Amino acid sequence: MPTGRLTGLSLTHYSSIPAFQQGQSPNLYGDDSMKIDRRSFLSFVIGGAAGTALTPLPWKLTDDLAIWSQNWPWTPVPEKGETTYVKSTCTLCPGGCGISVRLVGDRVVKIEGLKGHPVNDGGVCILGLSGPQLLYGPNRVQSPKKKVNGKWHTISWDSALAEIVEKLGDLRSKGQTHSLACISGSDRGTVAELLNRFLTVYGSPNFIRTPSIQDNYELALYLTQGVRALPGFNIQDSDFILSFGSGLIEGWESPVYMFRGKSALREKGGRMGQIEPRLSKTAAKSDRWIAVKPGTEGALALGLASVIIKEGLFNRDFVENRAAGFAEYKKLVSDGFSIDAVSKMTGLDGPVIVALAKDFAGARKPLAICGRGAGTSPGSLQDFLAVHALNALVGNINRAGGIVAVPEPDYIDWPEGEMDAAASGGMQQPRIDGAGSGKYKSTRYLLNRLPEVVNSAQDSPVQVLLVAGANPLYAMADTEAVAKAFEKIPLVVSFSSYMDETCAAADLILPNHVFLERYEDVPFARGFPQPIIGLVQPVVEPLYNTRHTGDVIIQLAQKMGGTVAAAFAWDSYDACLEETLADKWDTLLEDGYWIDAEFSETAQTQEFETDSSKFEFSSSDINALPVYHAVRVPGDESFYPLLLVPYDTMRLASGYIGSPPFLVKALENTILKGNDVLVEVNPATAKNLGLSDRKYATLTTPRGSAKVKIYFFDGIMPGVIAIPRGLGHTAYDKFLAGKGANYNALSETVEDAATGLDAAWGVRAKLTKA
Amino acid sequence: MSTEDKANEVSAEAQDQEPITPPADPGQTGPGQGAGGPITLFFILGLVASLVLGWVIFPQLLYSHKEQPIQFNHVLHNELVDDSCESCHFFREDGTYSGAPKLAQCIDCHEEVQGESEEEAKFVNQYVLKDREVPWLVYSRQPACVFFSHVAHVKMGDMECVTCHGDVGESESLKPYEANRISGYSRNIWGKNIAGIKFNSWDRMKMDDCSECHVRNNVNQGSVQTLRGGCFVCHK
Repeated sequence: MPTGRLTGLSLTHYSSIPAFQQGQSPNLYGDDSMKIDRRSFLSFVIGGAAGTALTPLPWKLTDDLAIWSQNWPWTPVPEKGETTYVKSTCTLCPGGCGISVRLVGDRVVKIEGLKGHPVNDGGVCILGLSGPQLLYGPNRVQSPKKKVNGKWHTISWDSALAEIVEKLGDLRSKGQTHSLACISGSDRGTVAELLNRFLTVYGSPNFIRTPSIQDNYELALYLTQGVRALPGFNIQDSDFILSFGSGLIEGWESPVYMFRGKSALREKGGRMGQIEPRLSKTAAKSDRWIAVKPGTEGALALGLASVIIKEGLFNRDFVENRAAGFAEYKKLVSDGFSIDAVSKMTGLDGPVIVALAKDFAGARKPLAICGRGAGTSPGSLQDFLAVHALNALVGNINRAGGIVAVPEPDYIDWPEGEMDAAASGGMQQPRIDGAGSGKYKSTRYLLNRLPEVVNSAQDSPVQVLLVAGANPLYAMADTEAVAKAFEKIPLVVSFSSYMDETCAAADLILPNHVFLERYEDVPFARGFPQPIIGLVQPVVEPLYNTRHTGDVIIQLAQKMGGTVAAAFAWDSYDACLEETLADKWDTLLEDGYWIDAEFSETAQTQEFETDSSKFEFSSSDINALPVYHAVRVPGDESFYPLLLVPYDTMRLASGYIGSPPFLVKALENTILKGNDVLVEVNPATAKNLGLSDRKYATLTTPRGSAKVKIYFFDGIMPGVIAIPRGLGHTAYDKFLAGKGANYNALSETVEDAATGLDAAWGVRAKLTKA
Repeated sequence: MSTEDKANEVSAEAQDQEPITPPADPGQTGPGQGAGGPITLFFILGLVASLVLGWVIFPQLLYSHKEQPIQFNHVLHNELVDDSCESCHFFREDGTYSGAPKLAQCIDCHEEVQGESEEEAKFVNQYVLKDREVPWLVYSRQPACVFFSHVAHVKMGDMECVTCHGDVGESESLKPYEANRISGYSRNIWGKNIAGIKFNSWDRMKMDDCSECHVRNNVNQGSVQTLRGGCFVCHK
């Protein structure tokens, strides 16, 4: 080996030097006997330098260091492997969009809209795009957890289930089955139906869906058309959209479907009118922006109706042949909602109201829509009835370009579970939230009434609370009261996949798989005018020790034994789902969705399902409702001179799902700057209060206060201020927690006299210099 | 050369001074005993030491050696398949290249031990039965900043695998994988020769080697983005 020889040679030379032989340091400064002086050393160094220059060492090192500097460990490197796509359905909002999930190897790398899907046809929103962050992000609950003395302990699935079964068995033996309650994000689809079924055969009527505008739309359709149905909006075929505060491009109903509808409408020359006290994105994109006094949108709808009737601009065919109760309705609007009266209520000039009414009624297919912003808060039934009546006046119901009553999905047709004595006894108890009886007999669920019921009782009427697909501790108004109620409930079980506010206040967490890890049915797409079912398909193996909520319910039931177990004879949730979807299953697997081909709007034009078989402008039920008056705003005007309203943006998720980092990063700095939320204030209002743009201020409402920054916005009505929904999380991860303020924590509920639902649209507030 | 000149100058100077220094020990004789002697000697020492360091020790220090998880015999497998390299290193339907085979492909034949080979037994027991992917070390792995399409070269450009990868298909065992300790790249990118000298087209896989061929064949030398200079052809 040349190496050995060369090394040997140099060693021989070194060892011949006396200093080296004696183990001493060579004296470099003129000790003659050593023979190594300064010059010799320099000579060695120079020789070394010359030699080095003749080797690849310097050049190779330079190259390697340059390359090293391109390889920082934090630089993301794309996965290598086979690219595959899986068709699925997004569950991050009730929009029901089809998605195509791109994987490289076993890793989800991107979520795209599913091309050809009737709802979104390849489109996807920013939240849907951020799905991979919700799968791989740091906020997942990775195994069942139990809170002991305020600290989380990881427990096994068996012991978690055993704990619930023991508690439920205990309540059952005491005849208190009705003290079990469940808050669910949906009341349709197999998982919701399994939860509801569990409660029924166990003996509790207290299944509660989280509130939204769906509650009021369902009621409006039920009262006027006699159907339990979902509203569908044929935006793209309409030619004039009159929106009473609905954020058509800000997350209202199925967001991507509405974007597409709005674009199609504009391309065809259709027009839009937006009635809202604030220049929202939707208002900015509209032809007309009509800023009414907040909360008087319903009065304007009735005022428009009075003009349309007075001027004879309504659809005579529809009103005369297909509607009932028109005379009473006509009297109501003519007497109470004359132009002058409405002008006074709304702050609009009379001619503006008349022009708007003529514009609306003069269009070929005018469509009036309701529900503020993204529609997360139910609002007032009177507003919905008033707006819905406008559609009836122009005859734009159940036809292309109009509002369509989409029947509730009926594919879940399980045999009724047998109930034992305990279950029957429990089911005969009144609902804890008061829905479905007495004053609120038409209302199905009243989650907003739950905190007060629990807080005002000596012992909590709810002993065990299950929360699935919902984050009430963040999303409900008056967060403090909700938190207090949760503390009073002895056992709160959350099925959340994420460490959200509700999880943080729970006693047990039984984490669900996230939507990219499970099968599930999505029984509708909100606002889509046809019955549609989407299938959620697992894209990756579950990353953690999580379990499908459907499986957990089945297992809980089976552990309970008796009639409860007998009602849940499925081996697994997946088996239950496949059996339930029956002949639709193969289509769903292949296409990702199933659409009712036989349903068409024309089939719906025949008869209404009311007693009169007609559309009912008024009826005994409608007349029994309290008369219209604008919803009061909570708070004392003398202390709180301003009106605080929430607004929605596509760049913030405000429901059960918290915004993933991608959304927060994409927020404009007029919404969030650092960790501070900006409150929109009209410069005139700010001037009166001595506030400066982009400076700190304290926002106070009767429910709390928050540190905010002022944002001068000419697009907001003087005296009104606004903050976005979706900020101010206390739970979640560092990417979301502690950013901005939560509107819900500052607001309070206002019970709608007609329904018991939360009708609040704002709260009184004041701003002071910080 | 100027360094060497200077060194000679210095030693000449040292020789001039030699008479001034009285001989310390009459017993010591020979050219090495003069002041000029050690200076030349030390220069040569330095030169030799650095040459040894640069050519011999440095390459050994620079690269780590790692054995492949399984000793794979390309020759043996090549005899058994119909479609040569592409039998296992195939193109997917979408045109992407599969690279090193996944377990799923190997299982087609190796669900159980087929022959006498110890390596095969190891493969079946440690990977097939445990359903674990073999962590093959890829000699020719380009860094993340390089966009390389096999289909463009092999299918559209009609190139042979050997042109870039050499005679891998004729190997009976897998050589140790050497990784650059600084950059983390496989040694095959710079090439076995530490001076970067290449004799065959497959000896080196640096950027210049790609562009050399692109220039020679006058292909894809400008990117769509810049229309000149080929940066974006490979660095997307």
